[in-house]
Amino acid sequence: MKAFLILEDGTVFTGTSIGKAKEIISEIVFNTSMTGYLEVLTDPSYAGQAVVMTYPLIGNYGICHEDMESGRPWPDGFIVRELSRVPSNFRSEDTIQHFLLEHDIPGICGIDTRALTKILREKGTMNGCITTDENYNIEEILPKLKAYTTGKVVEKVTCKEPYVLPGEGPKVALLDLGAKRNIVRSLNRRGCQVTVYPADTPAEKIIAAAPDGIMLSNGPGDPKECESIIREIKKLYDTNIPIFAICLGHQLMALATGADTHKMKYGHRGGNHPVKDLATGRVYISSQNHGYVVDTEKLDPKVAVPAFVNVNDGTNEGLSYTGKNIFTVQFHPEACPGPQDSGYLFDRFMHMMEVNH
Amino acid sequence: MPKNPSIKKVLVIGSGPIVIGQAAEFDYAGTQACRSLKEEGVEVVLLNSNPATIMTDKDIADKVYIEPLTVEVVEQLILKERPDSVLPTLGGQAGLNLAMELEDRGFLKENGVRLIGTTSETIKKAEDRLEFKSTMEKIGEPVAPSLVVENVEDGAAFANKIGYPVVLRPAYTLGGSGGGIAHNHQELEEILENGLRLSRVGQVLVERCIAGWKEIEYEVMRDGNGNVITVCNMENIDPVGVHTGDSIVVAPSQTLGDKEYQMLRTSALNIISELKITGGCNVQFALHPTSFEYCVIEVNPRVSRSSALASKATGYPIAKVAAKIALGYTLDEIKNAITGKTYASFEPMLDYCVVKIPRLPFDKFISAKRTLTTQMKATGEVMSICDNFEGALMKAIRSLEQHVDCLLSYDFSHLDEDELRKQLNVVDDRRIWVIAEALRRGFSYEEIHAITQIDVWFIDKLAILVEMEQALKTQELTVELLKEAKRIEFPDNVIARLTGKTEEEIKSMRCENGIVAAYKMVDTCAAEFAAETPYYYSVFGSENEAVETHDRKKVLVLGSGPIRIGQGIEFDFCSVHCTWAFSKEGYETIIINNNPETVSTDFDIADKLYFEPLTPEDVESVVNIEKPDGAVVQFGGQTAIKLTEALMKMGVPILGTSAENVDAAEDRELFDEILAKCQIPRPAGHTVFTAEEAKKAANELGYPVLVRPSYVLGGQGMQIAISDEDIDEFIGIINRIAQEHPILVDKYLVGKEIEVDAVCDGTDILIPGIMEHIERAGIHSGDSISIYPAQSISQKAKDTIVDYTKKLAQSLHVIGLINIQFIVCGDDVYVIEVNPRSSRTVPYISKVTGIPIVPLATKVILGHTLKEMGYPTGLAPQADYIAIKMPVFSFEKIRGADISLGPEMKSTGECLGIAKTFNEALYKAFLGAGIQLPKHKNMIITVRDEDKEEIVDVARRFEALGYRIFATRSTAKALQAAGVHAVRTNKVEQPSPNLLDLILGHEIDLVIDTPSQGIEHSRDGFLIRRTAIETGVNVLTAMDTARALVTSLENTDIKKLTLIDIATVKNL
Repeated sequence: MKAFLILEDGTVFTGTSIGKAKEIISEIVFNTSMTGYLEVLTDPSYAGQAVVMTYPLIGNYGICHEDMESGRPWPDGFIVRELSRVPSNFRSEDTIQHFLLEHDIPGICGIDTRALTKILREKGTMNGCITTDENYNIEEILPKLKAYTTGKVVEKVTCKEPYVLPGEGPKVALLDLGAKRNIVRSLNRRGCQVTVYPADTPAEKIIAAAPDGIMLSNGPGDPKECESIIREIKKLYDTNIPIFAICLGHQLMALATGADTHKMKYGHRGGNHPVKDLATGRVYISSQNHGYVVDTEKLDPKVAVPAFVNVNDGTNEGLSYTGKNIFTVQFHPEACPGPQDSGYLFDRFMHMMEVNH
Repeated sequence: MPKNPSIKKVLVIGSGPIVIGQAAEFDYAGTQACRSLKEEGVEVVLLNSNPATIMTDKDIADKVYIEPLTVEVVEQLILKERPDSVLPTLGGQAGLNLAMELEDRGFLKENGVRLIGTTSETIKKAEDRLEFKSTMEKIGEPVAPSLVVENVEDGAAFANKIGYPVVLRPAYTLGGSGGGIAHNHQELEEILENGLRLSRVGQVLVERCIAGWKEIEYEVMRDGNGNVITVCNMENIDPVGVHTGDSIVVAPSQTLGDKEYQMLRTSALNIISELKITGGCNVQFALHPTSFEYCVIEVNPRVSRSSALASKATGYPIAKVAAKIALGYTLDEIKNAITGKTYASFEPMLDYCVVKIPRLPFDKFISAKRTLTTQMKATGEVMSICDNFEGALMKAIRSLEQHVDCLLSYDFSHLDEDELRKQLNVVDDRRIWVIAEALRRGFSYEEIHAITQIDVWFIDKLAILVEMEQALKTQELTVELLKEAKRIEFPDNVIARLTGKTEEEIKSMRCENGIVAAYKMVDTCAAEFAAETPYYYSVFGSENEAVETHDRKKVLVLGSGPIRIGQGIEFDFCSVHCTWAFSKEGYETIIINNNPETVSTDFDIADKLYFEPLTPEDVESVVNIEKPDGAVVQFGGQTAIKLTEALMKMGVPILGTSAENVDAAEDRELFDEILAKCQIPRPAGHTVFTAEEAKKAANELGYPVLVRPSYVLGGQGMQIAISDEDIDEFIGIINRIAQEHPILVDKYLVGKEIEVDAVCDGTDILIPGIMEHIERAGIHSGDSISIYPAQSISQKAKDTIVDYTKKLAQSLHVIGLINIQFIVCGDDVYVIEVNPRSSRTVPYISKVTGIPIVPLATKVILGHTLKEMGYPTGLAPQADYIAIKMPVFSFEKIRGADISLGPEMKSTGECLGIAKTFNEALYKAFLGAGIQLPKHKNMIITVRDEDKEEIVDVARRFEALGYRIFATRSTAKALQAAGVHAVRTNKVEQPSPNLLDLILGHEIDLVIDTPSQGIEHSRDGFLIRRTAIETGVNVLTAMDTARALVTSLENTDIKKLTLIDIATVKNL
């Protein structure tokens, strides 16, 4: 079946429908990872977006359910150049086609994903529509595309009830803003007992549980939409509990402490971004997935100073909070997909909790 | 200025002659690194014995020494030039081994010279089997159970313990020389004995056989700050068991999930960190196909063939970055030259698929075993890029120039099912064609996978290609079907064949429906950033990104494709220099080539690079986009010449000598007319089409005669026939390959073989020098030792040669280069071959005469005259030096190849000996070729009857040098009769101790064995030569070479070589 991808600027790509044949409107973003499509699909940070994979051959190793980063796929749509017809891997249990269908996600394949990526790079991230309706009316669709926003997606992806993953070591409270499973796994593997809290949990409740450390997870959407969560995070900041935050968590902590964020032209999504640890001068290749970034210009050094910077474009990749046991990063030390090089940051967090104890 | 200001003068060691396992990739890496060093203001001293390289140009380095790569030479050079640092990681295994020897001797320390790029501890940790193993164990990286042994007994005991099959890998050898898989005790003994001898340190690793696992490679970089990145990972389609150089390789890996990908990536980074490498490194893994178990197979702490491939596959210039790191820069300080925005501290992301296929030399070595093992056999490789795997594979297949263009090109349809199943078990260069046939017969993926261990994902891709063949054969050719066939890169001619239409019909159907090639960029970042100096690959069904430019005149330079015997790195030298010369003249330059190992496919050589097959259709697609003002074909060897006609049809003007004149040189009748007109004699000969005609011609001329197909390269298919039976056999062989061109039968003349290259501007010619071959006619010029200037011909003959050259160049209206081979008998000069194009000898003669032949020819092509440029005409004055080009062979790598020299070229590379005197030049040339004698002072002589008289003098001279001579019955008799002492030895079929026992006793320095001409190659001779080569004994098969060697040995008292800086050789 034919499918169409219609962009906000009026560009139309014609391809073949994959997954569910239904119409969606979403924000179109591209990811440059060459492996890890399942981790991308199941990363809650993609809620409210449709993902383009720049690598053209997708689905080669099928679906290995244990690699899922959450209980289900989150993107509104999936856009690829070519889906492998025979996946091959000893762990493969399913095909992408079937997986998308099962989760009611539409997609399109057979389009020039490089041309699409170049449009997004030049004009910036924009909204788009995937449809199988050959008689689509572009005049009707374009205003809808312009009106679309991802909205408050955190509430969509966060857990409904708190839950505990046992461990013998330090107790960590993880604020689930759309957390990838490997954050919990990374803590668990280091012996932590992790209590996962829904995003709207009052700070008092977390503080009352007296955790040894708090983790703020990654998550989807515009950080400024998370007003109430930001207020709670400010309260967490005011405690002496060590805090480590990733991605959206990092942005929310910055907003909670008076800094600002802005939307990037087309964001960073992939597994090849160099980030420099300003304390050591060492560069690490990181996994990234963010469309917003913290403004360092408006940063008050009395509150926080940059700890990591992106070597490519100089944008902020991490903050160290002055006089506090708090450090936050924009990238994903939990990897999955992507390089595991910055996994040592979990050790740093462990150390911080130990010292504080 | 370098980051480390104490680095001011660096010695760069190159890799020497091209041999299998160490080819053009090191010229590419070395050239890039030298340019990178010079960019930083560092003075570069270059040492490489290979004159055909670009790195040995004075444009590339400040001081250039084309001298033998021996420890003594390097030491002497260091004392002469006093560099503060040595960069050893660019010259392959040869360079690395030299550096290690210098370090071991304490020479570097004594002289205050440091190794940059890597330390000797690092080299040891990576290269020494024991240290490597313990290092891996220390950081918890798994290696296959193994033991380093120094004798056969220990090897056998260990193999019994871990069970057969076992893999054997000699330490410190290149391309896996002397290695292999042993399935039983007998094989173990055979391979191990050989491997122990070939290893520089007499060590061989015996290890658990992990054949059948996935073979995955990572190219990683590390800087002095400890920053590490991965440039690229690659997956071998052929599982472990086939040397990666002989495997079909795809980048990035296709069948690894993120978990496997990151697991191996992390392992590679841990390894490079532990080894403290500063620069590039290659890590090879075996990954179990149905678990997360893996083993580290090998680590190469230097740039390599794989790093060249990774550089071209990603656009990340590994050698350039490695050189900057050696100067103290960190990855985040080095700009990414492709994007101009980002830095070297990022990991390239591909949005396309890359396929590499090795170029194997079985068309040259018909008797050789085609089986692929852990011993590399490929002489070169091709790479292709597409947005789908099938397309990349199809493009790579037709880039090979081996008469293959699709999965039907090798026909296995005559095999029945059982035979086919048996054939599937054979691991050779035709395996994907066998799989395709199996798929056509309905074999299941599972069965094919079970036999070949090739991943089902790849088998399915082959199946998609096979299905397309079927669709084209059986269905009506709709626009949709054509679109799909083009998307997976079926060339028009194959579609035409399968659909029963003509190629023209397919082409017009494509054009009418807008199914044309579009070009995408290799930009290192999957379009995330805009690119400044990208290169292009074609796809069908996508948007075109190549912008047509028209601000300057544009020239299309056609490259020479994969390195093969007969068409080597020298044509890349010519293509690159031609491109630079056009650039200097204000042209926009465009290169099309498909060889990832070369300098010409570096991203910043031409203004635009198209990484494409060199077929008429692929070239035409580029021409349609670029609309060049002209094309140059005379620098890209036969590959480019073959495209002349097609280019003319496209309406692209051929710059320089016209197509008709190229044709006239190749077409016997036309050429004869020209010779007659100029009154130039050639050996009598005839053009024939059948064996009958050939025999008639031969009898008329009188045997011996030379038989060869016209339009060939490197003497392919050329043979000396001494009887009618020979003719029957040769014509049979020639006709096996599709033969559109006639066959030439010529009288075989015995005389001096002379070669000249000349630049002709239409009126005047410039001959930089006359070269003389040591071996008499009958041995391919590429396999002959060549001397400049000619030593033994008369002035009269020289004058005649100049005269004939001028007449021929003028009659053929040559604009640019011409190469002519003559035979001189006394004062008589005969022309035997004319090539109106650049030749193998151009780089060498340019360097020793100081005349920049290619830039001159390029300017001539653009309309400048020699006089106007201030050059003399006729024969240039002799240079101050004698230069000897010595062929280098890779026979030990090709099991079963006959090593005897003849009209068909067999050498893979060359080295140079340059000196003030003939004797020193000759000595250097032999030294450069790796012939370091004497060792045991024992030799074997067995010559054919015709040579019995001549051998006496040679043998006497060897005897005078203290050699003990062993000879077979009749040779011994001849020697004894002449008063030369010779020990008579049993022939091979006679009881022990016989010749083979002698050779296997490892005390023989040299075998002189001249094989009888014609087809009656004695089995004995073949066996002796093979055994000798495989045990590392030098073998000479021509009397003249033997004489040259003894002359050289008589002069080994030359203790101190005079090292000559080529950059100072004066220009006219």
